[in-house]
Amino acid sequence: MAYANAALTALGDPTRREIFERLANGPLSVGEIAHTLPVSRPAVSQHLQRLKEAGLVNDHAEGNRRVYRIDPAGLGAIRQWLDRFWDDALAAFKEEAEKDTKHPRREEQA
Amino acid sequence: MSGIIAPAPIRKSIRVDTAPARAFEAFTAGMARWWIKTRSINPTKSPIKDVIIEPRAGGRWFERGEDGSECQWGKVLAWEPPAEQRGGRLLLAWQIDGQFRFDPALVTEIEIRFIPIESGTRVELEHRQLERLGEKSADIHQLFDSDCGWSALLESFAKATA
Repeated sequence: MAYANAALTALGDPTRREIFERLANGPLSVGEIAHTLPVSRPAVSQHLQRLKEAGLVNDHAEGNRRVYRIDPAGLGAIRQWLDRFWDDALAAFKEEAEKDTKHPRREEQA
Repeated sequence: MSGIIAPAPIRKSIRVDTAPARAFEAFTAGMARWWIKTRSINPTKSPIKDVIIEPRAGGRWFERGEDGSECQWGKVLAWEPPAEQRGGRLLLAWQIDGQFRFDPALVTEIEIRFIPIESGTRVELEHRQLERLGEKSADIHQLFDSDCGWSALLESFAKATA
């Protein structure tokens, strides 16, 4: 729950969205991101931290720089939530659809 | 795996032991009978009485509460019921934004295919463009109090994952 909110909240900020979209094209270091945005390096770092906490990006060290990329599970919590939602919904649908076969004229039944 | 725009679409596939035409009908006209009742965004908290997909491209997709109130979820983008032994296709727009409210400007697509197989129908569902769900969520705090908010849905989700 909190996790799903974190992902939504993190992407609610336009600068963070911008950063997230840049990363969609491939991994970048903090410096590389800051270079293409009118935002200071420390600010970029903070935004990346938020995205990381939300499970949207991850990072690893490359030499003395930190490289960020989109977490392949990206928007993980939102997706996970919908994934589960459709599992439940389709299971219920299957049950209903097959019931219909056995009772073809079955109409609204509260 | 780097470089892909997250998140990947959700893809589901299930087998239903009934003909594609009936599966399509059960999915659309019969949605109220299988839609999980807590999956409501109705601000009046009125229990779902009906879920309506107007049977045409451009039709609305909405819930109607027992008190008669209506809350739109999205719309029909393509309406292609199965005919004879051909499969069918339904393309819905899920227009629930990051604040879990109906937003006519937002579209995430749900494509449902009804494919004839020997024992009945394979139903394939794809929910895509999920990245758009994050775009308008600046004020997430409204989530639980908002009109047409998915509070009940989120609560049940929270319970399920607790």
